[in-house]
Amino acid sequence: MKLLKGLSLLVGSALTLFSLALSSANNKAQGEKLYQVHCAACHGPNGEGGLGPTLAAPQLTRASDDEALFKIIKDGIAGTEMPSSRLEVEAIKELVRWVRNLGQRPVEKIGGDATRGGKLYFTKGDCASCHAINGRGSAFGPDLSDIGLRRGATHLRASLIEPEADVPKSFLMFRPGTALPENFLQVRVVTADGKRIKGVRINEDTFTIHLRELSGRVHSFFKSELKELHKDWGKSPMPSYRSVFTGEEMEDVVAFLVSLRGER
Amino acid sequence: MKKVFFTTETRRQHRVSPRKQNLCVPLRNLSVSVVKAAVFLLLFLPAVFAQAPYQRIVNAHKEPGNWLTYSGNYQGHRHSSLSQINTTNVARLKPLWVYQMRDPGKVETTPLVVDGTLYISEKPHVVTALDGRTGRPLWTYRRTTPPNARGCCGIPNRGLAILDDTLYLTTFDSHLVALDMHTGKPRWDVLVADYKLGYTMTAAPLALKDKIIVGVAGGEYGIRGFLDAYDAKTGKRLWRFWTVPGPGEPGNETWEGDSWKTGGAPTWVTGSYDPALNLIYWGTGNPAPDWNGDDREGDNLYSDCLLALDADTGKRRWHFQFTPHDLYDWDANQVPVLFDAVVNDKPRKLIAQANRNAFYYVLDRVTGEFLSGTPYIKQTWAKGLDAKGRPIKLPNTEPTTEGTLLYPGLGGATNWYSPTYSPQTKLFYVLARENHPQVFYKANTPYHAGDLFEGGGARDLAGVEPFGVVKALEATTGQQRWEFKLHAPAMAGLLSTAGGLVFGGSPEGYFYALDATTGKPLWQFMAGAQIVTNPVSYLVNGKQHVAITAGPALFVFALD
Repeated sequence: MKLLKGLSLLVGSALTLFSLALSSANNKAQGEKLYQVHCAACHGPNGEGGLGPTLAAPQLTRASDDEALFKIIKDGIAGTEMPSSRLEVEAIKELVRWVRNLGQRPVEKIGGDATRGGKLYFTKGDCASCHAINGRGSAFGPDLSDIGLRRGATHLRASLIEPEADVPKSFLMFRPGTALPENFLQVRVVTADGKRIKGVRINEDTFTIHLRELSGRVHSFFKSELKELHKDWGKSPMPSYRSVFTGEEMEDVVAFLVSLRGER
Repeated sequence: MKKVFFTTETRRQHRVSPRKQNLCVPLRNLSVSVVKAAVFLLLFLPAVFAQAPYQRIVNAHKEPGNWLTYSGNYQGHRHSSLSQINTTNVARLKPLWVYQMRDPGKVETTPLVVDGTLYISEKPHVVTALDGRTGRPLWTYRRTTPPNARGCCGIPNRGLAILDDTLYLTTFDSHLVALDMHTGKPRWDVLVADYKLGYTMTAAPLALKDKIIVGVAGGEYGIRGFLDAYDAKTGKRLWRFWTVPGPGEPGNETWEGDSWKTGGAPTWVTGSYDPALNLIYWGTGNPAPDWNGDDREGDNLYSDCLLALDADTGKRRWHFQFTPHDLYDWDANQVPVLFDAVVNDKPRKLIAQANRNAFYYVLDRVTGEFLSGTPYIKQTWAKGLDAKGRPIKLPNTEPTTEGTLLYPGLGGATNWYSPTYSPQTKLFYVLARENHPQVFYKANTPYHAGDLFEGGGARDLAGVEPFGVVKALEATTGQQRWEFKLHAPAMAGLLSTAGGLVFGGSPEGYFYALDATTGKPLWQFMAGAQIVTNPVSYLVNGKQHVAITAGPALFVFALD
């Protein structure tokens, strides 16, 4: 009888241990499932980055510890496309665990040389004629001062080769909190006196539209006063760099962009 | 009851109402006995001289110079029969004064206006009386909020109710507070529900007869919803209608197991009232958890319903459910609008609601009989409605772990912001949200008292550009007469006026006026901050004013 009791105790403990291990595995699976639904579209299925920065890194710039990561997933990051989440506390904790797990994987390799890439950016690429880095350059295109925090290498490489493949997809609900001015939509207008003006939309509301010409000049119009207003959805004013940079140079520029983490 | 802290500042003697002035002046020349009689009257019949007695609210349409209840009248019209400002002169509308609130952030209040004084609720629990001529505060009441009181969507307060000479405020920690309208001093403060269980209160109360009707929010926290009536004088609770019936009550069988205990069905937007029928009409919100119905099989009554309750007893006369077993958080709390019209050659007392689920419904408000239901924006969840108004759901529309794309999204076709009905044009105007599909997903949600209990959520789709649109619908049929596009989805209610205008707001901060017959924009003003509230119109010194809040500021307009 005693033996039986001891045996059952042993079996019981083993079962408990087994179920604990099982629940941990289940949680891991749950974390990955949640990640694929809620995060992968921007951060890549394996955290390699895309529209959002890479998460497959042992250290995350904005999330030094799990608590900070939890807060980011829950509240989002103001001024970026990272939205807040309505997930339950436990689900967010699972996500935190999964994202940390991604960090244990090899980071996406960037073969290029960032210093050489920086030089190419300002010379051969002439990127500063449209983009600014820490105040240097034009405000025509998106500011790139911290682009390395916001975009992964794969995404940046694709954007350089085929800019129109990924025109920034803004979303109105997030606009009040994002730095993206009306998604850099290319707009062409004909004014009441027949003048044709092309630029990027930097602001629009029910009654007015603002656009910025390549020269940097800003125009403001009442839409009711325009003869024509065309919005070139899917178009980008950015040229392709496929034939501008060699393969090696492209990698250098990507490495340079990934290194841009904002002014410290 | 928790101890409540407050401060009251009386900054200026309240202006004595014209009626009281007239009464006071001749007293000096009267004989002693008459004086005694007058003193007796003043002392013992204060209700006779109260500024906003029930009958005045019943007859609100006869005195458009005031705004005595949340929707302007009991019928939920948010219509002003003033016409000084009209289609021919609205272009000359100018800001008259601006009142800046102390707490930042957007404000969702509808001001009340009584005899030239405005009463507004600010964030978090501040009530201010403003001189309608200048915008200068007459008094301010402040009340603290427990820091751990939580709600799904900020700490809004949508306005006050008035009855006799008392103002009524609901609080985020679920109290009902009565304030002296002349001084801002609290008369009583009663606990309605436990905020620690996720109950909050954000709606303006509805004052009728000798009662104050209040609803609760908390559909995302697994509350059990209800609608309450309190004695206006004492704060004593007179009745409670549970919007999720308990065991043994009709409707409880529409909930699986114990799921009714956390069934939601909140009552978070002010309803309407028919004084002749003595029926309160109040919408209810989503069943909980919002996006996961696995543990609440059944229709989940009375979630997403329109309820007709006897005002004296709180007993249900009829109900109509718009979205049975809702899996999308498509609350039916939108302001119900009452009007009478001929339908199929028969004069009817009607009630209409532009529902969050994308259908515009017309019912008989005596019986609750379904008369018609018409989609007023794109929807992809229902094939249509059957003869009784029940939706015929399309297959594969339930939220899944991977997500299901549907029109409309979580924000719905419309939301809490008010529609307006113009007895002049017989049109029902509603601010809708177009092109905003969302991916609804399901998750597991264990219930922990006071925590979010949602069971999933809704995600936006990249590359989609939703927008707002003001729609004018024929009130009896829901057929669209015109629409006016807004650049972005808005969260601002509408006001129609006998001047042939419809006023509304935009998230960029435009306050605008449209031609009520054609939808043509006639005037706009950039207020510089998001508008997420409802406009009102009234008279000060015989001159028509229009008011709306933008950000934390109240803007008041008049013709120059």
